[in-house]
Formats: sequence, structure tokens, C-alpha cells
Amino acid sequence: MGITKKLGNLGVVTTTLEQAVNWARAGAMWPLLSGLACCAIEMMSTQASHYDMSRFGMELMRASPRQSDLLIVAGRVTRKMAPVLRRLYDQMPYPKWVIAMGDCASCGGIFNNYAIVQGVDEIIPVDVYIAGCPPRPEQLIHGTMMLHQKVRGEKISDWT
Amino acid sequence: MSDVQNAVERIQAQFPDAIREVVEFRGETTLVVDKGSLVEICTFARDTEGLDFDRLSDQAGLDYWPEEPRFAVSYELYSLQNGTDLRIKVYTPGDDPELPTLSGVWPTANWMEREIWDMFGITFTGHPDLRRILLPHDWTGHPLRKDYPLGYEEVQFSFNVERIDDQKPYAKE
Repeated sequence: MGITKKLGNLGVVTTTLEQAVNWARAGAMWPLLSGLACCAIEMMSTQASHYDMSRFGMELMRASPRQSDLLIVAGRVTRKMAPVLRRLYDQMPYPKWVIAMGDCASCGGIFNNYAIVQGVDEIIPVDVYIAGCPPRPEQLIHGTMMLHQKVRGEKISDWT
Repeated sequence: MSDVQNAVERIQAQFPDAIREVVEFRGETTLVVDKGSLVEICTFARDTEGLDFDRLSDQAGLDYWPEEPRFAVSYELYSLQNGTDLRIKVYTPGDDPELPTLSGVWPTANWMEREIWDMFGITFTGHPDLRRILLPHDWTGHPLRKDYPLGYEEVQFSFNVERIDDQKPYAKE
């Protein structure tokens, strides 16, 4: 894109810029305070002191979608809540990532009926799926580390 | 005699023709009443000294399809002073089911009747604000009726996963 053309000779600098940007994005990714159901309890306990998430940069959870980069969909999404979740996702500025935490967010979980959205990826694009009902804090941390690896492998042009 | 039996006898004495039957099962007493005098019986149960059923613990809708009368609503009353439970049950037929509202007698009945309307379609005449409470406001149908489809998605096994995957609406961005 524009940056690589301008600094074409300094190929080394471009790559390092990408790595620096991705390191910054992965190092301080702020999740949105979006717990919906039982998985939110596990998300809270992951954020608490025993399984600390702030050592991964997620020191705080922002209450406003305008100030957050990560949407952890923790819990089952009902058909009534689905447009609200979509609106929250739309209000987040780029770059943004989504983790579908738990079985209900990944595939509808044990609730295969009229009221629950069968997998939140019907509504928003998901980067990492975490299985479990609810997933233990270690599994959520594994999911975030997987997301960090994905972020480090991204290109700047992905988000322009 | 116990408080519940006392209460039942007093209600029966006051409203002799409205009580259809009294059922006693494992310590729980149920009064099956006609819907015409439901509000009076409940007001009597709440206001009379000695009965004092001042709390409506729960209100539940029932669907007995395909038997007639199809719907029933059961009110669980509880007296905080005496510690007695009583259940009042009302039947209503399947086409155009309606019952008088109890939100004037106990205010908690307001939201519980909204839930029963939402899930079963039983209209409560005189209710101040009868609209959907659990489902989205533009939903059609009443899901907890026995003839409402489950609405489930086909389970994906290895032999049909590609077919289901193609038809599933995934969000692109």
C-alpha cells in the first residue's frame, strides 16, 4: 500500500513497522464489558486476580464500545439481543476482533431452539472460537493468546 | 384444623358455586374455580383476616392440548403471616382464551400476565399494558403452546456438515 511504496528501499523498516504496530495492538487490547450469561462469570474470574488477564494487556474492560478493540461474546445470544450485539459491534472502531467464548456463542450450545441464535457468527464475524460450557479461565487465556498470535501475523493492509 | 383447610372452608362458605373442586395432593391444596368470580375470590383471600394471602408467589400458564379446556392458569398464593400456601387454578377454552386480570389485586401479576400472554396467548382483560416481555416485540406466535414448532437447527454430523454449512447465514463483516 502507500507505506510500502514510499519506503520501498527500506524494506527492513516496513516489516519492523508492521511488527511494531501488531505488537502494540496485541499488547494492549481492551475488551468490551459484554458478558451475557454464565460465560461472563468465567470471564470475570479470568479478569480477577487469580487468573489475571491484565498481564496480557487487558487491564480493564471498557464499558463503551467506542473505546474497546475486542468483543468477547460471553454467553448465549437470544434473538432479542442479537440486533443489540450487532449495534455494539458496529460501534467499535477498527481494528477490532471478536472472540466467541463458550459453546453458546460458537454454535448455539445446548440450546437448539427458536430463541437462541445458533452461533454468534450468524451476526458478527468471529476470529477465535473457544469451546467449553463454560470454558475455564485457562481456556479463555489460551484463546486470547491464540488471538494475539493471529494479530501478530496480520498485515497493516488488513485494517486500512 | 390447619390454616389452609380453614382458608379453603371459609372461601367455600363465601363462594359456594364458584368452586369447582378442591384437590389435595401431598400437602398442597388446589382450588379449581370459575373464571367469572376469580377476582372476587382472590380479593377475599387477600383481604380477609385469618386468610391474609398477601403474596402472589407465582403465576403459571398451562397448555393441555389436545384436551379441552385447553389452557389453565394457576396462581400460587402465600400468606406471609400464617405461612400457608394455596393454589388457585382456572381453566379456559382453547379458541380465544381470556381471563380477568389480577394486577389490581396483586401488582406482581402485571408482569407475570405479560409473560403468560407472550408465551401462551391468553388475553387478560383489564390489563393496563399487555405486550410482549420476553420475546422481541414483533415476534408472531406464542412459543410455549404445544403446537408451536421447536425451531431447532439441524444437527451437523460429518455426513451433512457441508450442506448445512453452505446454507447457514454467516456474517461477512
